[in-house]
Amino acid sequence: MQDNPRELIRVDHLSKFYRVADKQPGFRGTLSHFFNRRTYNVPAVTDISFNIFAGEIVGFLGANGAGKTTLLKMMCGLIHPSNGFVDVGGFLPQRRQTAFLKKITLVMGQKQQLIWDLPPMDSLYVNAAVYGLSDEVTRKRINELADMLELGEELTRPVRKLSLGQRMKSELLAALLHHPSVLFLDEPTLGLDVNAQARVRSFLAEYNKRTGATIILTSHYMADITALCPRVICIHNGSLFYDGDLDSLANSLAPSKEVRVELKKSYSPDQFVNYGEIQELNDRFVCLLVSRTKLTQVVSKLLSDFSVIDLEISDPPIDKLIGDLFLKGVVR
Amino acid sequence: MRLFGLSFKVIKTLFTTQYAYMLEYRVEIALWALSGVLPFIMFSLWSQNDVGNSFGLNDIGLARYFLSAFLVRQFSVVWVVFSFEEDSLSGRLSPYLLQPLHPLLRYVSAHLAEQATRLPFAIVITIFFFLFNPSSFWIPSLSQLFLAYLATHLAFSIAFLLQSLVASLCFWTEKSSALERLIFVPYLFLSGLLVPLSAFPEKVLMFANFTPFPYLINFPAKILSGMPVDLLNGFFYQILWITILLPSVNTLWKLGVRRYTAMGA
Repeated sequence: MQDNPRELIRVDHLSKFYRVADKQPGFRGTLSHFFNRRTYNVPAVTDISFNIFAGEIVGFLGANGAGKTTLLKMMCGLIHPSNGFVDVGGFLPQRRQTAFLKKITLVMGQKQQLIWDLPPMDSLYVNAAVYGLSDEVTRKRINELADMLELGEELTRPVRKLSLGQRMKSELLAALLHHPSVLFLDEPTLGLDVNAQARVRSFLAEYNKRTGATIILTSHYMADITALCPRVICIHNGSLFYDGDLDSLANSLAPSKEVRVELKKSYSPDQFVNYGEIQELNDRFVCLLVSRTKLTQVVSKLLSDFSVIDLEISDPPIDKLIGDLFLKGVVR
Repeated sequence: MRLFGLSFKVIKTLFTTQYAYMLEYRVEIALWALSGVLPFIMFSLWSQNDVGNSFGLNDIGLARYFLSAFLVRQFSVVWVVFSFEEDSLSGRLSPYLLQPLHPLLRYVSAHLAEQATRLPFAIVITIFFFLFNPSSFWIPSLSQLFLAYLATHLAFSIAFLLQSLVASLCFWTEKSSALERLIFVPYLFLSGLLVPLSAFPEKVLMFANFTPFPYLINFPAKILSGMPVDLLNGFFYQILWITILLPSVNTLWKLGVRRYTAMGA
């Protein structure tokens, strides 16, 4: 049970180990694998704890194999934890009770639930029957969600004839027909073009705003995370190493900001030494890395000390920062 | 009221959707129906060697038995282990597990829809059979038809549960379709598909009667073809096997699903 009434999900010391067989290459390895199979435990998620409140949109960040999807699968009840427990709205997900299943949905970008050779509409009516929706409610919800997702005649075309973007939007419609209050989304924009990604993102934001649903999302696209998730949970090698808002993560990863200045005339590098770390100096353009704490002071000095045409302040790209972090394997 | 997430509306929607899906593959289903002509091959083999008499059947009796065996097989054929294995390994099982409907019921509806799709092909094949064997033509009585229909559905239920039991092993072995071969061989010999069970020696027959296999083809086929059959004994064993297999599948499923790793998803 949750202590805080707004707390919807509690993950407590959750771990998952997969049993994996070890096989050496070659004929000898094959024989040995056949007669004397050796298996060992691979930790996918290790001792992770956090809480999620109702209505939050939370992004799971991590490199491939970090454990994001395993964590998501345990939270939605698809797989059983090895240790620890998950509580979602008062339910143990792995029990898969009907009342729990009616509250949640799982969308996997690389997998589909729609029947491949039939139009999405057929799958939608199957889902409606399975979730016990009346015909009237089904029609109303299909119209409502189809409007939000900009889907029309695609719903009556065989799934195999739809583009990837249309398929994904139809998948979302099928997954949300029963109005779940908790959405587990695993790479929902995987393989989509930039426009389709943007449409899926704006739909999810709108769905969250309209219904107050809680959304838990994994994505490799930082744009998904920055556009949707005020809070991120970073996982590295199966362990949690950051849980907080995205801005603070950016601040802690990059304590400096980039200040790009276009000048009326050329200056020598020595003249900028006291202002910040020079990233780039090119004729009448300079890019400086300035500490966040000194930013206001440095900018006003730059404006008074130099003939400035234009000045721009920006964060280093978050995807670059996090990518570097995962590459380095730095765990905080 | 719902049982395992099932209601009349769910049954109707699943069946009509699966039927629409099967119609997309009507040519494939026609070929499957044609591929089920093994009883006819066995009929021509036994009738040419005139060994039917040793089974206590003349040529007409033999023809009617094997046609009935063909028809029973058309409406009790089961392939759940292969679909389930594929869905389990590819991760397609994952969304089914997260919906309030037991995943095996989706496969039941797919089988029933396939049976409905097979019906016209089975009728055409039956017509051709009578054209080539006019002397074997017969029209079963309504009670025979009803009892054979019931026995065939019970046979389908046993076969489905038996294969579901093997399919549930997918949670442990990943390639449980290989284990299905262990069932297929006794099924082939003891179900009455190759030869009426009356052809077997008394001791083999006694052993066979304690397995589920004679109730899959031999029993319903005998009812349909009008051969003498112990109805009470046959239906008793059919219901007994269902009563044994249903909780076994349920238990194995519950144990197995704990091991599901959602591979490929």
